[in-house]
Amino acid sequence: MKISEQWLREWVSPALSTEELAHQVTMAGLEVDAIDDVSAVFTGVVVAEIVGTRPHPDADKLRICQVNIGTESLQVVCGAPNARVGLRAPLACINAELPGGIKIKRSKLRGVESQGMLCAAQELGLSTAADGLMELPTDAPLGSDLRQYLNLNDKIIELSITPNRADCLGMAGVAREVGLLNNLPVKEPDYASVDESIADTVTIDLAANEYCPRYVGRVIRGVDVSRPSPLWVQERLRRCGIRSIDAVVDVTNYILLELGQPMHAFDLDKVQGGIVVRTAHEDETIELLDGQTVTLRSDTLVIADHKRPLALAGIMGGKSSAVSGASKDILLEAAFFTPNLLAGKARSYGLHTDSSYRFERGVDFQLQIKAMERATRMLLDTVGGSAGPIQEVVSQQYLPERPDVILRSARIEKVLGFSLPTDEVERILLGLGLGVTETADGWICAIPSWRFDISIEVDLLEEVARVYGYNRLPVTQIRADLKINARPESALSLRHVRRHLSARGFREAITYSFIAPELQRLFDPTLSPVALKNPISAEMAVMRTSLLPGLVNAALYNVKRQQPRVRLFETGLRFLQSETELRQVPTLAMICTGERFDESWSNNAGGVDFFDLKGDLESLFALTRSSEDFGFEAQSHPALHPGQTAKITRKGQPAGIIGALHPSVGAALGIAAPLIVCEIALDVLLQGALPKFTELSKFPEIRRDLAVVVDKSVAAAQLMRDIRGVAGIYLTDLRLFDVYTGKGIDPKRKSLALGLTFRDQSRTLDDEVVNLAVGQVIDLLEKNYNAELRN
Amino acid sequence: MENLEPLTQEAKAAIAAANDAAVLEQLRVDYLGKKGHITGLLKSLAGLSAEDRPKAGALINVVKQELQDLIGERKKALEAVAVRAKLDQETLDVSLPGRGQSTGGIHPVTRTIERMEDFFSGIGFDVVEGPEIEDDYHNFEALNIPAHHPARAMHDTFYVNDHTVLRTHTSPVQVRVMESQEPPLRIICPGRVYRCDSDLTHSPMFHQVEGLLIDEHSSFADLKGLIEDFLRVFFERELAVRFRPSYFPFTEPSAEVDIQCVNCGGQGCRVCSSTGWIEVMGCGMVHPRVFEFSGIDTERYSGFAFGMGVERLAMLRYGVNDLRLFYDNDLRFLGQF
Repeated sequence: MKISEQWLREWVSPALSTEELAHQVTMAGLEVDAIDDVSAVFTGVVVAEIVGTRPHPDADKLRICQVNIGTESLQVVCGAPNARVGLRAPLACINAELPGGIKIKRSKLRGVESQGMLCAAQELGLSTAADGLMELPTDAPLGSDLRQYLNLNDKIIELSITPNRADCLGMAGVAREVGLLNNLPVKEPDYASVDESIADTVTIDLAANEYCPRYVGRVIRGVDVSRPSPLWVQERLRRCGIRSIDAVVDVTNYILLELGQPMHAFDLDKVQGGIVVRTAHEDETIELLDGQTVTLRSDTLVIADHKRPLALAGIMGGKSSAVSGASKDILLEAAFFTPNLLAGKARSYGLHTDSSYRFERGVDFQLQIKAMERATRMLLDTVGGSAGPIQEVVSQQYLPERPDVILRSARIEKVLGFSLPTDEVERILLGLGLGVTETADGWICAIPSWRFDISIEVDLLEEVARVYGYNRLPVTQIRADLKINARPESALSLRHVRRHLSARGFREAITYSFIAPELQRLFDPTLSPVALKNPISAEMAVMRTSLLPGLVNAALYNVKRQQPRVRLFETGLRFLQSETELRQVPTLAMICTGERFDESWSNNAGGVDFFDLKGDLESLFALTRSSEDFGFEAQSHPALHPGQTAKITRKGQPAGIIGALHPSVGAALGIAAPLIVCEIALDVLLQGALPKFTELSKFPEIRRDLAVVVDKSVAAAQLMRDIRGVAGIYLTDLRLFDVYTGKGIDPKRKSLALGLTFRDQSRTLDDEVVNLAVGQVIDLLEKNYNAELRN
Repeated sequence: MENLEPLTQEAKAAIAAANDAAVLEQLRVDYLGKKGHITGLLKSLAGLSAEDRPKAGALINVVKQELQDLIGERKKALEAVAVRAKLDQETLDVSLPGRGQSTGGIHPVTRTIERMEDFFSGIGFDVVEGPEIEDDYHNFEALNIPAHHPARAMHDTFYVNDHTVLRTHTSPVQVRVMESQEPPLRIICPGRVYRCDSDLTHSPMFHQVEGLLIDEHSSFADLKGLIEDFLRVFFERELAVRFRPSYFPFTEPSAEVDIQCVNCGGQGCRVCSSTGWIEVMGCGMVHPRVFEFSGIDTERYSGFAFGMGVERLAMLRYGVNDLRLFYDNDLRFLGQF
């Protein structure tokens, strides 16, 4: 909300600079977002009247104007279309300085001398629209300095008012705060009532008094809406960001800015029968002031006449009953609408107005008559006419209640951490406009009608703290009993995993939790993702069912920026929805593509493949001390290479997936190099085991190597599991040290070279024992794997 | 015997001239071997008289020992040369870069969250996480934000359906803890949050760390002390901190916390919009209605809560000037952390 500093200072003017004032109110909770000049900086601009015009001999669009600035008559060349005899407009005299460093000099325009420049509002930084010369009132004193005449030595203070402080959505409320903060009285304008000079009234029927517990109306006859608002009203509206429309609308807007009370004026001739405040009939329509026609719902309050709705109550007036230049008689309205019944209504029609903004947050429900009197006074002064009596319809039972609130001094001490002097507490409460009764242990406070945010003790505590100043409150250190924090030693921490991956060359990525539906379908076509009702874009419309699409995109982003190798990981939730439940599964995903190592004089060249990432995963498994729990089984996946994909299991239960991106998916995404990805459930990965000591054998080990040829389809891991099963208790290590296909081997077969290590805890093994074990292994391989022993 | 001296001279010269181990070995055989010249001389002693024999024998033995020592020395010298030659061969350009996997790194957001966690867990706060798709009750209702409350407009919520949202803050995790645990409580809740807003300074997804402390004697003064300490530890410098009254439905009194601009030291610059102050977090005393929703006795207990945007603090800490960099995952950016 924008306020004019000059205007504020008419109400209350502390001895503070603009910046000091801004700081003061900011620190009291009315945050100042910006301080702006009301106009750009200029000098040497005076009020002038055009007394004669003639065409420029050499330019069609220019005219030669004779202008009067009171003391002398000057010749000025001007191109504005509205330059006409009788118009008073700003003249930048010779030596004037205009915004942007423009200095006005005596000059010739197309050969004709010009002794200055007539100005548009835009050229003076008073408006953003360029629409001809700025038109000043016909009584603007000729020759007077425009800055002084328009009171331009003012600042616009832009306040950010929090939703609880509806009472500060008007000058009166801001002035009340400033008065309290500076211990100064606040001077109000004249709110004396205007005597009725006619007896005219309209009937007012509150058919929905729960929504509208108070409605104040007044008939004013014989107005002349062609008369403009006084310049000071127009200027104040402009400075607060409201465009001047006509005198009647300007007055209602002025009251909104001054008191925070939204008002409305109807053309009385267009009101058929009388006013009915009722909820809308379902599917009733109304054309609003902004030209759009809306279809109403029955939960919406309207101000209607006996035929049709005239206005969306508290939100916007209707077009058909609007005041126009031709209006002679008007009906002024000032009402109170129940905030929580109005809340959300404007938004539901795609509207947001100064009026709905205030009513939703709460307008002082005792303000309507005061606002009506003030508006009547201002209107009669501007557009004339005769006022009828004020008509007020109230439904007392639906007006907000303001029960007393008790503030205990002990509570101040407990919550704020110190005890505030009693007289300071009372000064603050009284300054806020509360009724204060002292009791043995605190105060009973009567809450004013403009405060919608004070109903319990802590609301008062906040007020006291805020006005006293948060930064004057003490600072202490928290105290608490030391807490014993037991952390299971076996569990692997996410931090450890992150550090480990980092040490293996992975960088952590963070990708969005929402992705494009196509991308989701590409990776998990059988899962139906959680879709957002209001996504920010089509690219971010569904919640990810896998971290892989996001990581693939992140890898692509880098590949497209000439990164020769990418290694990324991410941790976060996958969102898996079934008919019965929504699971949000903490997950780790990794991706690598490009060169295995950084390009270097010493590193082996070569691109990454499946086994690089598998090795990284296995190194993580080793951290759990339970590597043997984990397994990999060939698996198919819609987005992955059919021959290079495995299900990751722990103790036989599925835990994740690893594989190379399907080449056709890669091609669709625009990447040719192999891209290896994996994803694993974090709660599965993070289960570790305690270290457990085994005695070190003092006896030597015996190693036997076997080379066997088996079918290509044989899974080495299964074969090795089986070997362990038959090799006896002395087998301490089994490793696969070579896999060979090619020359000398049947193309459907492969050769596996296995190293078996045997050792006993209590003796040196003799060959016989080892030969027996190896014999059992060979038997198994020949029988179950159709293996041939090589060599 | 008369040729002992020339033989000695000849042998010494030959040993000195020997340039490899094989030549030296041959010399040893030639002079000291079973059939060597010196050995021959010793054998010839048999022809000498009993008186002359010991003397001559002693002379020859002196020479034999001398030659043996010379051969040994020469051998060591030759070995030393050979070792030196081998080492010369093996000399590396030690300035060449090392071999192997390069080091990756942690995302600046995680790095920042971890620093926050370290601060708070060090003083007894538990780190708690919770769901990101959250029900309306935990995200709003239980935090004293009923439907149509104007504060909901500040949240720009993503909806999954009428009752389910992407959490707009990590406060619902606090609600879940208050529902399931008895005070005293000290927790922080880091995590992703979502707001339907995207421009230069807003991302539809970002991270928050929120904290909650509830016990029988916590006050606004404690809150101020904790926040001031945290900010000074986080930025590792003395900096001015101010508390500005604000409004959140779930706390009262509520405050926004500003720090002296870390870029300009409070002089006024682009980062602080020339104000000298930067807003870094919100906080306040837990609203009694929030306690009531979770069944906590408002007379016995008081508590405070605070919440901060991780990206914002990371930007200030590391001088990052564009929020979007956090989610582009550009290696040139990630590599800086």
